[in-house]
Amino acid sequence: MFNRNYKEKMIESVLFSVSALTVVILFLICLFLFRNSLFLFNDFSLLDFLTGRFWYPTSVNRQFGLLPLFFGSLIVTVGAILFSVPLGIASAIYISEIAHPKVADFLKPFIEILAGIPSVVFGFFGLVVLVPFVQKTFNLPTGQTALTGSIMLGIMALPTIITISEDAISSVPSTIKQGSLALGATRWQTIYKVIIPAALSGISAAVMLGVGRAIGETMTLMMITGNTAIIPSFPGGFLESVRTMTATIALEMGEVPQGSDHFYALFAVGSVLFIITFLINLIADSIKKKYRFKVD
Amino acid sequence: MGLSSKTSEKIAFSLLTLATLTVASFVLVILVYIILNGYGAISIEFLTEMPRRMMTQGGIYPAIVGTMYLIIGSMVAALPIGVIAAIYLNEYAGENRTTWLVEMAINNLAGTPSVVFGLFGLALFVKYFGFGPSILSASLTLALLILPVIIRSTKEALLTVPNEYRESSLALGVSKWQTIRYVVLPAAIPGIVTGSILSIGRVAGETAPILFTGAAYFLPRLPDSIYSQFMALPYHLFVLATAGTNIAKTRPIQYGTALVLLLIVLGLNLIAVLIRRHYRNKLKI
Repeated sequence: MFNRNYKEKMIESVLFSVSALTVVILFLICLFLFRNSLFLFNDFSLLDFLTGRFWYPTSVNRQFGLLPLFFGSLIVTVGAILFSVPLGIASAIYISEIAHPKVADFLKPFIEILAGIPSVVFGFFGLVVLVPFVQKTFNLPTGQTALTGSIMLGIMALPTIITISEDAISSVPSTIKQGSLALGATRWQTIYKVIIPAALSGISAAVMLGVGRAIGETMTLMMITGNTAIIPSFPGGFLESVRTMTATIALEMGEVPQGSDHFYALFAVGSVLFIITFLINLIADSIKKKYRFKVD
Repeated sequence: MGLSSKTSEKIAFSLLTLATLTVASFVLVILVYIILNGYGAISIEFLTEMPRRMMTQGGIYPAIVGTMYLIIGSMVAALPIGVIAAIYLNEYAGENRTTWLVEMAINNLAGTPSVVFGLFGLALFVKYFGFGPSILSASLTLALLILPVIIRSTKEALLTVPNEYRESSLALGVSKWQTIRYVVLPAAIPGIVTGSILSIGRVAGETAPILFTGAAYFLPRLPDSIYSQFMALPYHLFVLATAGTNIAKTRPIQYGTALVLLLIVLGLNLIAVLIRRHYRNKLKI
C-alpha cells in the first residue's frame, strides 16, 4: 500500500514538472528578449529608442526610433479592427440567433477555414489580387499601402472575432431570451437590448484577441504594405506605404551581423511587441472570466 | 420613431445576413482564386522534382520534404509535453496560484506573435545552444508555438470524458494514475488526435518562426541531418513571390506552391473536423 501511494505521488510530481515547463518557457522568452535588448541600451538611450521618429538602422548617423514602426503597426491594426469588428459581430449574431441550425452548422466550419489558411498564402493573395486593385481604385503609384494591409488583416482576424463572439452570444441563458420574447419584444429587440448587452464582455474579449492577432501578424503585412518606415499621417496614411514592427524584425534580422547594435535593436522591437501582446492577452483573459454566466 | 418594430427587424436581419454573406464570400473567393490559378501548375513532376534554373522551372520536392521534417520534429517535441501538461491541469491541479500561473503562461504563449518565437528560437536554439540554423532549431521553435494548441485541445478532450468513467474505475480499486492511463486517456484519444492534426497544419503553414532558425532560400540537395538547413513550402512561396529577379517568370510555380500548401493545411483541418464530428456523441452515457 505504501509503495503504491509513493508511486502515485512520484507520477504526480513528474506530471507537475512537465506542466511547469510552460512557465519556464515563458520566463525564458522574457529573459532572452529583454537581455538581448539591453545590449542596445549600452550605446543607445532607451528614451531615444522609445520616442525616436526615425528608423535608419544602417546609415552613418544610425537611428533606432521606434515610433514609425509602432505607428505603422497601429494604423494597420486600427484599420483592420474598424473593418472586421462590425462584420465579425454581425456574422456572429446571424450565426447564433438568426440562421437555421443547419445553415449555422455549415457556416461555422466554413468561416473557420479562414483561421487555417497560412498567413503567407493571405500575403500572396493580397499581393496578386488586392495590391493591384487598391492601386487602380485609388490611382496610386503603388498598391502596397496600409489600407491593403488593413483589409487583408481584417479578413484574417474575422474567424477569431466571430468564433469567440458567437461563443459569448450562445452562452447567454435562454431563460433571459425567452423572458424578453414573452414580454412581447420582437426577436431583433431581444437581440440588441437583451442578448448583446449580456454578451458584451465576451464580445469585447473577442475584439481584444482580434487586436492581438492583428498586431502580431508578420508575413502578410511584410508582403503587402510596402515597408516604408515613415510615421504615417491619419487618416491619409492609409493610402501610403507603412512598415510594421513585425515586418521590420522579419525583414532585417536576416541581413544584420549578429551582435551589432542593429541586431539588438530588433530584439528591442520584439520585446515591445511581446509586452503589448502580453498586456492584450491579460486584458482579454480578465474580461473573459467575467462573462461566465452563473445560472442556478 | 417612424419605423415600426417589425420593419426595423427586417432591415436589421437583412444587414446581418448581408454581413455573413460577405464574410463567406471572402472565404470562397480566396479558395477559388488559388485553386483556379494553381491547379494547372500541379503535376507529379512538380511534386517530385528539384527546382531547376534559378527555381524558374522544376518542382518543389525539397520544400515538401523540409516541411515534413518540421512537422515530425515539432510534433515529437511538443506532443508528449503538451499531453502531459494537459493531464496534470485537468486531472490533478487544484485551484491555486500555481495552476493560475501555468494557465496564464499557456494563454500568453498562445497569444505571442510568431515572429517573436522566431527571435527567441534564434537567441536560444541557434545561438545559445549552438544548434545553428537547422531543422532542429526550427522544429523546436515551432514546437513552442503549437504547445498551447495541443494543451488546450487535450484539456478539452479530457473534460468531455464523463466523470462516471473515473468514478467507476476508482471504485474498483484502480489507482488514480492507472485510471487515467487505461480509462480516461483512451477515451480522450480522438480529441488529442484532432488537436495534433490542427497543430500539424499550423507547423506546415508558419513562416515567421523559421525565417531565422534554418529555412534556406535554395538548397541543391535534401537535408542529411537534423543540423542541416532546409527548404519549406511557406518560405518557398514567400521567397518566390517577393524576392529575386524572376517574380513574373515563377508566377505559375507560386500559384502551384500556394495551392499545395492550402491543400495540405485545409485537408488536415477537414480531417480534424470529421474526427471531432464522428466522436462527438460517442462518449455520452
